[in-house]
Amino acid sequence: MRLDLEKRSDRSSLMALLSPIIAVALTLLFGAIVFWLRGVDPLHGLYVYFIQPMTDEWSREKLIVKATPLVLMGAGLALSYKANIWNIGAEGQFVMGALAAGAVPVLFPTWQSPEVMVVMLLAGSLGGLLWAWIPAVLKVKFHANEILTSLMLVYVARLVFDWLVRGIMRDPKGMNFPKSVRFEGWQRLPSWGDVHLGALFALVAALALAFVMYRMLKGFELRTLGLAPRAGRFAGFSADKAVYFCFAVSGAMAGLAGATDVMGVAHQLQTPYEPNYGFVAIIVAFLGRLNPIGSIIAGLLLAITFIGGEAAQATLHIPDKIAKVFQGVLLFFVLACDTLILYRIKLRAKK
Amino acid sequence: MNSGASPLLQADHIVKIFGTLRANDDVSLSIKAGEIHALLGENGAGKSTLVKMIYGALQPTSGKFIWQGKPLEIASPAQARSLGIGMVFQHFSLFEALTAAENIALALPGKFQMNELSSRVTKLSADYGLPLDPSASIADLSVGQRQRVEIVRCLLQNPKLLILDEPTSVLTPQEAEQLFITLRRLASEGCAILYISHRLEEVRKLCDRATVLRQGKVVATCDPRQETPASMARMMVGSDVMQVHAISGNTKGPVRLALQKLTTAAQDNFSVQLKNINLDVHGGEVVAIAGVAGNGQSELFDAISGEILAVQNNAVLMDGVAAGHDGVTLRRKHGAAFVPEERLGHAAVPNFVLSNNAILTRHGTDADLASRGIINSAIAFKIADQVIKAFDVRKGKVDPEARSLSGGNLQKFTVGRELDRKPNILVVNQPTWGVDAGAAATIRQALIDLAKSGAAVLVISQDLDEIFEIADRIAVISRGQLSEALPAKTYTLEKIGLLMAGAHEVSHAA
Amino acid sequence: MDQFLAIAITIITASTPLLIAGLGELVVERSGVLNLGVEGMMVMGAVCGFGAAYATGNPYLGIVASIFGGVFMALLFGFLTLTLLANQVATGLAITLLGLGLSALIGESLVGQPIARLPNFHGIDILIIFSFILTALVSYMLFRTRAGLVIRAVGDNHASAHAMGFGVIAVRYACVVFGGACAGLAGGYLSLAYTPQWVENMTAGRGWIALALVVFATWLPGRLLVGAYLFGAISILAYIVQTFAWGIPSQLLSSLPYLVTVAALVVISGNRQLMRANTPTCLGQSFVPDR
Repeated sequence: MRLDLEKRSDRSSLMALLSPIIAVALTLLFGAIVFWLRGVDPLHGLYVYFIQPMTDEWSREKLIVKATPLVLMGAGLALSYKANIWNIGAEGQFVMGALAAGAVPVLFPTWQSPEVMVVMLLAGSLGGLLWAWIPAVLKVKFHANEILTSLMLVYVARLVFDWLVRGIMRDPKGMNFPKSVRFEGWQRLPSWGDVHLGALFALVAALALAFVMYRMLKGFELRTLGLAPRAGRFAGFSADKAVYFCFAVSGAMAGLAGATDVMGVAHQLQTPYEPNYGFVAIIVAFLGRLNPIGSIIAGLLLAITFIGGEAAQATLHIPDKIAKVFQGVLLFFVLACDTLILYRIKLRAKK
Repeated sequence: MNSGASPLLQADHIVKIFGTLRANDDVSLSIKAGEIHALLGENGAGKSTLVKMIYGALQPTSGKFIWQGKPLEIASPAQARSLGIGMVFQHFSLFEALTAAENIALALPGKFQMNELSSRVTKLSADYGLPLDPSASIADLSVGQRQRVEIVRCLLQNPKLLILDEPTSVLTPQEAEQLFITLRRLASEGCAILYISHRLEEVRKLCDRATVLRQGKVVATCDPRQETPASMARMMVGSDVMQVHAISGNTKGPVRLALQKLTTAAQDNFSVQLKNINLDVHGGEVVAIAGVAGNGQSELFDAISGEILAVQNNAVLMDGVAAGHDGVTLRRKHGAAFVPEERLGHAAVPNFVLSNNAILTRHGTDADLASRGIINSAIAFKIADQVIKAFDVRKGKVDPEARSLSGGNLQKFTVGRELDRKPNILVVNQPTWGVDAGAAATIRQALIDLAKSGAAVLVISQDLDEIFEIADRIAVISRGQLSEALPAKTYTLEKIGLLMAGAHEVSHAA
Repeated sequence: MDQFLAIAITIITASTPLLIAGLGELVVERSGVLNLGVEGMMVMGAVCGFGAAYATGNPYLGIVASIFGGVFMALLFGFLTLTLLANQVATGLAITLLGLGLSALIGESLVGQPIARLPNFHGIDILIIFSFILTALVSYMLFRTRAGLVIRAVGDNHASAHAMGFGVIAVRYACVVFGGACAGLAGGYLSLAYTPQWVENMTAGRGWIALALVVFATWLPGRLLVGAYLFGAISILAYIVQTFAWGIPSQLLSSLPYLVTVAALVVISGNRQLMRANTPTCLGQSFVPDR
């Protein structure tokens, strides 16, 4: 047997819709096999992992909390990847956003008014943006590969965070634990149950970015540069400006995600802080077919893998590391299925 | 010629189907040893498909090849080479990062002995009048020299059949003459030559026999020396080609596009630096720039379109306005329009539908297309539709992706997209490269009509026939320098050839 | 003097995995494929190597297993990018994420288990010697043999290579598998010799540093050797300085390898002439043959 790809004359819009669904189905099939190998009834395993998190109020809230940073970052990364600009350091920008937001109550522990909340959110976004601009500047000025530089800066960001939270940002009354002061009152995000205001930001941001991408000239510019850089230049678009823009947007979104995470969930800075949302957001962006609205659905789906991982550990006695495996496998299948959009796959018997 | 001998290669009822397209439909032909055999046909007639099958790069859907009387399957280029079939590609199959000798070694079977090979290359290339430095990197060679590498690579294998695909399209007329001498010598030594071209005059001069393809079928076999270019063109196209009506009498308007001492900064050793270029293009005239590929044509285009900015602001004047520091969009707002050589990836985004491709060059000039940064897709659609109707762009669905159009139809779209704006200045690089004769005639006529209406039209082309057909004045570019633009009537083929080879170059001791 | 020797040995063991993984990726990139999955292949090599050595008690079987771990991931990468023509950047990331997840799951029960370090003579083990031989072999293969010529040709212009009748996809599969074997071996070196134990995410970005080293070396094996030892030296010296506790934050010293990587990329990429002359032209582009 030989596998042949036949190029379609136009991209298949049916497959564009179907391919993520097929990918999810294949991931579930893979999951069933893993459960079976581990001696767990596959259907029961899939139920515990993927369905149960959606059945009760408490875990639905947790789902939204987990999805919030994923959607925020996934939408920003989608825009960037569409332009063929590879910011894969969202995890670092997320950490820097959390740090910048947390710096406000550390510096002004008694500041209590609605302004402090706004300042913290802005500080977080700015922190992420500036951290993201380092690889952007290095790419534009020195042509340094942004994939490698943005990733290296993740490790650096984690170490900066660790240094500060163990050092000058540590709570002096905190019994020497590597933690900052606790955020109180307006230093926290308003919440309903576990769900905090960040969820609304995520929804609005995803819709806004989708509008930019598909209705505005800016989005047209980014898509053009991503598909055909030379044609983009011919259209009068600047590739360098696109680099700055994409890193600014995706960095600010990641920073905002970090800010909402510490303001809405942890309510303080503590080290080590490696939630891995920034890397999973890459999967979110691809599963959402690089469409910011798709990121909403994809973000919720990947949030399930986090929560399901915890459930699997508790109920099925399968290590929660399985979550990472499902996440990786899902991205793998998404990329494989995307082939169907541009190609027909034919199996031929070898002559 | 030993016309009585049995044929070296016969193609017997060859059919090749791509998807639904019958690229070769029952093609039969025979080539004798020592014969120079022309394969004629328009773009898309199936010439390339046929020779790729002879060279083993593609396999026929049905039919067979008979080599020296024995039917056989040519499974791969390596097998073709071992049979004694060599091929010189149109878009060279050379590797820029490798040296000439390394490129040649790749095609040769047997032991890997670079030193010994280098001396063989030097000897053989000198012997055939195609001198070559085996240690030179391909990236540093001119287009003509690259072709030599390809030819020497074939000759080292003592070919029985040599296939050349449009070899003179990258040569000056004088270089072409030198090539013909080499080819005639090879033929006299018994090597068969399959010569693909659409230049009918040179086919008449060089070839003993011609097979004409049209839409995948053999429509005629003839002796080119008994034919006229017009009669062969009729065979290729199937009907009389629409005559292009040139401008009668020069009613020159004011200068609309002026280049003054245009010089570009040296970028790197992969691109040509433009040196001190002066040119005036008046409203109402078509000025053409001739030259061998790779002498700065695309750099000149980029410098006029604003993809590369000039050092001096007044190096580019558009209707008297200094625009050297303006980007592409601003220059379009000055009334200029541009059509680059590369259709897919430069003039158009392959994966965008046509209405999106309309936005590409119009977002700055059509105020309501993207007001306040928001795209009005209804207007984009309308523009695309206008262009499609005005230029008879053939397509499979309402708003197809650019990549699904044929070369000719996409070229009509990218030219039409600019003409639809009624520009004051139009700059076109290679307006009819790889375009079928019908579309080419339509495009050339449209360029002339635009000039008649008072616009300045600048055409950069490597096709001398095209240039003489439409240009009022001609300048020649060579290694980044431009000769003075003179009336087309004052040129002979010899004069233009000398200029293409660099007769006008000023030695800039750098 | 003894102390100096000990430091030298540590630097060598720290540099060896970077060199081995880098050599593999260098060959992959010379054939025109950008494999960002090195980290994932490495970490899979680390866990497979450790697991096999732990189960059998034989570190040499560990080496073999680590190679298989890397090759398995490389085949997945090849299937997606070469057969299904998926985006190479995205697929590389997928392989890295998948590798990190799979290795964590497989290695769950191996955490904290002891194994015997790969046998060595005064700290010099067989893989260190092999890494030098491999550098010479790769260099010879790329620039002195027909196979190397074909690999470079495929990376320079895949369309021409196809027209000449070379199997572009087959050549690239071979290179990707070789790269995966090297990455797996490099990972195995970490868990079998460098720190003979299994820790989740134990590659700690070394796969990415190896990728950066290939750029830094401008795709030349000799320079890769120099680069790998430079990086090895810097990261070890940072640890040594740490022990003197001069008030330099340990985090700053730990981030040095990453910062140096960024700096190296900036310095080398800023030189456009050098980059354009050496970068494989088709790097990162999918090849679609016409039939």
